[in-house]
Amino acid sequence: MSSKATLVLRRGAPGEAPREERWQVPFEPGQSVLDGLRWIRAQHDATLAIRYSCTNANTCKECMVRIDGRTAYACTARLREGEMRIEPLPNKALVRDLVTEIAPPHERLGS
Amino acid sequence: MTQHEHLQTDVLVIGSGGAGMYAAIEAARNGRSVILVDRSLVGRGGATVMAQMTVAVALEEGGLDHPEHHLADTLAAGRGLCDATIARLLCEEGPARIREMDAWGVGWARENGAYKRAFAPGHDRPRCVYVDFLNTGPAVSKTLRAQLNRIPEIRRVGDLRVTALVLEGSECVGASALHLASGRTVSISAAATVLATGGLTRLYRRNSASANMIGDGYALALDAGAELVDMEFVQFFPIGHLAPRLVGMDPIMWDPFRYKLGGRLLNGRGEEFIHRYGARDEGRYVVTRDVATYAIVKEVAAGRGSPHGGAWLSFEHCSEAELRAAGGPVIDRLAANGIDLTRQAVEVAPIAHYHMGGVRVDAAMATRVPGLYAAGEAVGGANGANRLSGNAITEALVFGRVAGASAAVRAARRRARAGLGAFRAHAEALRDGRARPEFNPAATIEALQSLMQEDVGPFRTRAGLERALGRLRALAAELPAARPAAGRPYDCALVDWLDLGAMARVGECVAAAALARCESRGAHQREDFPGMDPQWAFNQTLELEDGALRVRGAPVPA
Repeated sequence: MSSKATLVLRRGAPGEAPREERWQVPFEPGQSVLDGLRWIRAQHDATLAIRYSCTNANTCKECMVRIDGRTAYACTARLREGEMRIEPLPNKALVRDLVTEIAPPHERLGS
Repeated sequence: MTQHEHLQTDVLVIGSGGAGMYAAIEAARNGRSVILVDRSLVGRGGATVMAQMTVAVALEEGGLDHPEHHLADTLAAGRGLCDATIARLLCEEGPARIREMDAWGVGWARENGAYKRAFAPGHDRPRCVYVDFLNTGPAVSKTLRAQLNRIPEIRRVGDLRVTALVLEGSECVGASALHLASGRTVSISAAATVLATGGLTRLYRRNSASANMIGDGYALALDAGAELVDMEFVQFFPIGHLAPRLVGMDPIMWDPFRYKLGGRLLNGRGEEFIHRYGARDEGRYVVTRDVATYAIVKEVAAGRGSPHGGAWLSFEHCSEAELRAAGGPVIDRLAANGIDLTRQAVEVAPIAHYHMGGVRVDAAMATRVPGLYAAGEAVGGANGANRLSGNAITEALVFGRVAGASAAVRAARRRARAGLGAFRAHAEALRDGRARPEFNPAATIEALQSLMQEDVGPFRTRAGLERALGRLRALAAELPAARPAAGRPYDCALVDWLDLGAMARVGECVAAAALARCESRGAHQREDFPGMDPQWAFNQTLELEDGALRVRGAPVPA
């Protein structure tokens, strides 16, 4: 029994006008928002930028994004029926799409 | 913003799991400047941070254990293929590293002042220290990060994906890289380079890996002229979580519960079955990983699997108090996922967990390429055909320290000497390309993971391995025409394309070595060659000759 979530993504790089994309994502109950984002990349658009490492364990803490206006980990937030709005963190420098600069300043190469 | 950045250091460490961080700390302690890079964030990606529990170490408190006993168990688990010199190093230096981590405040679990030690399968006595609850990896990672913070000679750079080791003559003089956050190319000139890139478990569809465990270190080493060894031995963890879907949990999570409570492993009919495969379970956690994997896969093949194609793991006979004592806050995380272990069993199945093989090194962690060292899971040989539970974090710390020390010795004799010119061709190649819109590298990675799972998984046949080799080589041939050009910030399609190149090559290594080994030993099981054959008591090495992979037999080092 597959359900469908509508993920509304805010995409773009610094200096570009942000654009909104809507994707219908099928899911089984229990699946995460990160599962949905990975599904979009593999099925439709591999250029969607997302940052994650541990995938499901919530140990790397890299997949932090804004989900419906609240800061959350994409790997623990669950997909649900209806519309979900996914945006980059508003208080961090945008890198591209859903990726922001979250590393401590002294662990960055600089730009 | 310029398109390229050039850096210089005494010691370059690639990968910031336990091995890479320890190597960086040790090289700096020996007076050398260090650049520690990671494709992910420093100390967050990789396998160390995901470790749940056991760290094997023969602490001699009260004379209850000795490194010789730990070594005997390590060699027995390795089914005759361990490089005894580096296995001995792991066992003998383990206690010093575990005590140093203790002094740095890692917080090993204690009882009445003494380290608590778990009994793990394959060990002759309780030998594994850990940090509660299921927190060994995060604690180890955080402790090493805190040490890094105190050492100004170590420059850390995250979001840096190394794309090639650079040679002058036959010597490694540094690396070429892509800075993910900006899309710039980067070169790093170094007197010594340590590969601490971890294993290859993300080559498989069902894995316990973080996204960066794609075997890129093996591909880098091979291209630079190093040898790989024991590539056919991929450890499948038998009881990875299968169903129901849990979020925020590592699929390895049931291991600590089994260490503490035993638990019952049952087939789809609710019967115990491990005893049918020459081992015993009986509610205790004693069966080794290779036997348990074999037993579960065979039960599923015989139509006796659980609904999702695995086995049941039940703690229903345990009381709520016992479960709470074993799992602590993990019980609450399970409740948030709708799981009550006193009322329901969960489904488990084998998942790719660790790779015994890797870069061939000597006891100084030096490869045959001057200036190139390896550490941690990236190293092959210490664990032979099957790794003993708990040896992975120990080897990360020990091999990391040794590699860092060896790199420092080399860097003390000679400075980084390669100028920007040595790296220019690599950087230009990265910036050159034209992506084909119809080629989706993320989808292709999933296809590769499926073919590895099906044909190069825990059970292998000649036909399946030949099919896999054909498909991997076809994929590798298809890649050059679909190369995206570097230049955009956080270009996930380019990263996937780079990863695919490494994954296709490393998958080929695993399949080629598995095809050549016509027997079943440890983690390598051939349906068409059941049973261990004494004639095959040797290692296999792999190297590139004029771009083609060569597999050769080599006697087990004494």
